Amino acid sequence: MTTPLHVGFIPLVDAAALIVAVDKGFAKAEGLDVNLVREVSWSNVRDKLNIGLFDAAHLLAPVAIASSLGLGHVKVPIVAPFNLGINGNAITVSAALHTAILREIDGDRFDPMATARALARVVAARRKSGAEPLTFAMTFPFSTHNYQLRFWMAAGGVDPDEDVRLVVLPPPFMVESLESGHVDGFCVGAPWNSIAVDHGVGHILHFVADILVHAAEKVLAIRQGWAEKNPDTVARLVRAASRAADFIEQPGNRGEAARILAQPDRIGVDAEVIQRTLDGRLKISPDGTFRENSRYLLVGREAAGRPDPAQAAWLYSQMVRWTQARFSPDALRAAMAVFRPELYDAALSKGADVAANRPIGAFDGPAFNPDDIAGYLAAFKIPRRRV
Amino acid sequence: MTAEQPPKAEQSPKIVIVDESPIRAAILEEGLREAGYSSVVRISEMQSLLARIYALDPDIIVIDLENPSRDILEQMFQVSRAVRRPIAMFVDQSDAASIQASVDAGVSAYIVDGLKKERIKPILDLCVSRFNAFAKLQDELDRTKSALEERKVIDRAKGILMKLKGLTEEEAYVLMRSTAMREKKKIGEIAQSILTASELLK
Repeated sequence: MTTPLHVGFIPLVDAAALIVAVDKGFAKAEGLDVNLVREVSWSNVRDKLNIGLFDAAHLLAPVAIASSLGLGHVKVPIVAPFNLGINGNAITVSAALHTAILREIDGDRFDPMATARALARVVAARRKSGAEPLTFAMTFPFSTHNYQLRFWMAAGGVDPDEDVRLVVLPPPFMVESLESGHVDGFCVGAPWNSIAVDHGVGHILHFVADILVHAAEKVLAIRQGWAEKNPDTVARLVRAASRAADFIEQPGNRGEAARILAQPDRIGVDAEVIQRTLDGRLKISPDGTFRENSRYLLVGREAAGRPDPAQAAWLYSQMVRWTQARFSPDALRAAMAVFRPELYDAALSKGADVAANRPIGAFDGPAFNPDDIAGYLAAFKIPRRRV
Repeated sequence: MTAEQPPKAEQSPKIVIVDESPIRAAILEEGLREAGYSSVVRISEMQSLLARIYALDPDIIVIDLENPSRDILEQMFQVSRAVRRPIAMFVDQSDAASIQASVDAGVSAYIVDGLKKERIKPILDLCVSRFNAFAKLQDELDRTKSALEERKVIDRAKGILMKLKGLTEEEAYVLMRSTAMREKKKIGEIAQSILTASELLK
């Protein structure tokens, strides 16, 4: 007797553990008959999860938190028993902006503080000459991409709400918008940065791993009520995703994983482009320059699958920092309760291993402490006004 | 303002249709106009979508669920200097049936805060029925198209058999039909294998 499940996903490389769990038979081995449904927008994924058309979904971690807090939309409590990806995003800029930043840079071009300060000088020069402000795109208001872009540029003195324009753009539109000049840069997940580089229109300026050492990206999201009623199914789904993640992280399996992900009804881009992301070896400029970072995207390594409530607290602190949420201790607790390490531990029969979770680690600001969010946010100069 | 004009609240709400399918958008607009909604604007170009919506200042935005630009609209909920007034999505959790109907039809709507529910319901119902009508039309069109395609394949396969085996048109057709029955396949599939085989043996 198998359990039928409907699971939504967006065609991105960090849906890998879910897709491989289904297509490589790990879900079936757990007695699950999963129908993976490819979606075109995060709004669709969220709404279909909320109203029960999906039993589970590949979801932006901040959307799971926003939905649980009722921010920007109806309040539907979500739990995340498995973390589908750590890191995995990049900031890509147009050739013109890349040249301008490198002209202004004082320091190493892979040092995010050096590039952010260079960006601040570019922004100041544009303002002086009366040019339009630069436009940066990200994928969703409640997205890691939004917070990572803001975190980076604010560190250099660029106010993301005053000095540049930040716009939401669906990932499939990003490359053409960069080419047409509608945007000057963007932060997005794989494979879109690589596609912009291959297309000759973008330069990957930063891997997110440059900005944050260990950042929760997408989660396996489940409605809290459904998870409580179906604990066994949740455990089986977590095991299937975890086995798939372990499979993907074996270097010898990456080629096969990339071929599975490349299928037209999955991610639908060349396996070679997908494998670059899994390997952490990315072409960063159209001239063929490659850059390696084994921590570009973590699918199962370094306890990536285990949800860490401190990550949820950090994402919530960014919602507060950028005035999407007003700080309250209750909301903080609710945000942290979205990430459920105990469900992960129970599913995999592991003891609670708090030490397994890595600190977030950022190139700017003090170490993050969930118990003192006000103190943490006070250390940042931008934005000056705080609610 | 003259006495003949209805009070502002009773005026036809301004409706914007965001849809990359011009035919479906036209069907929907026609339906809305027939129902007496006179202020309807269609947007099919997704570039600068938000700027256009702010400029039009609609009361209701209708968007198809297959449109990735739904995420762009989510930006309207953000408190920022660009926003002129709050807009809420029509997800009233008490009305599960109409949410289900709109998701099944593939349409979603965003409503300006404060617009009365009884004014929204008939508009949303109309969108759902027009979207369903379009899907049915599309389905029929697809079926007709594939029937036509199959016809072409059968004709070409017939030609090959006539030439290779010296058969009449009728004999060629009978041969394909009996093979199809014996192999429990559609005649179109048999015709396709003849085409594939003749391609390979060229």
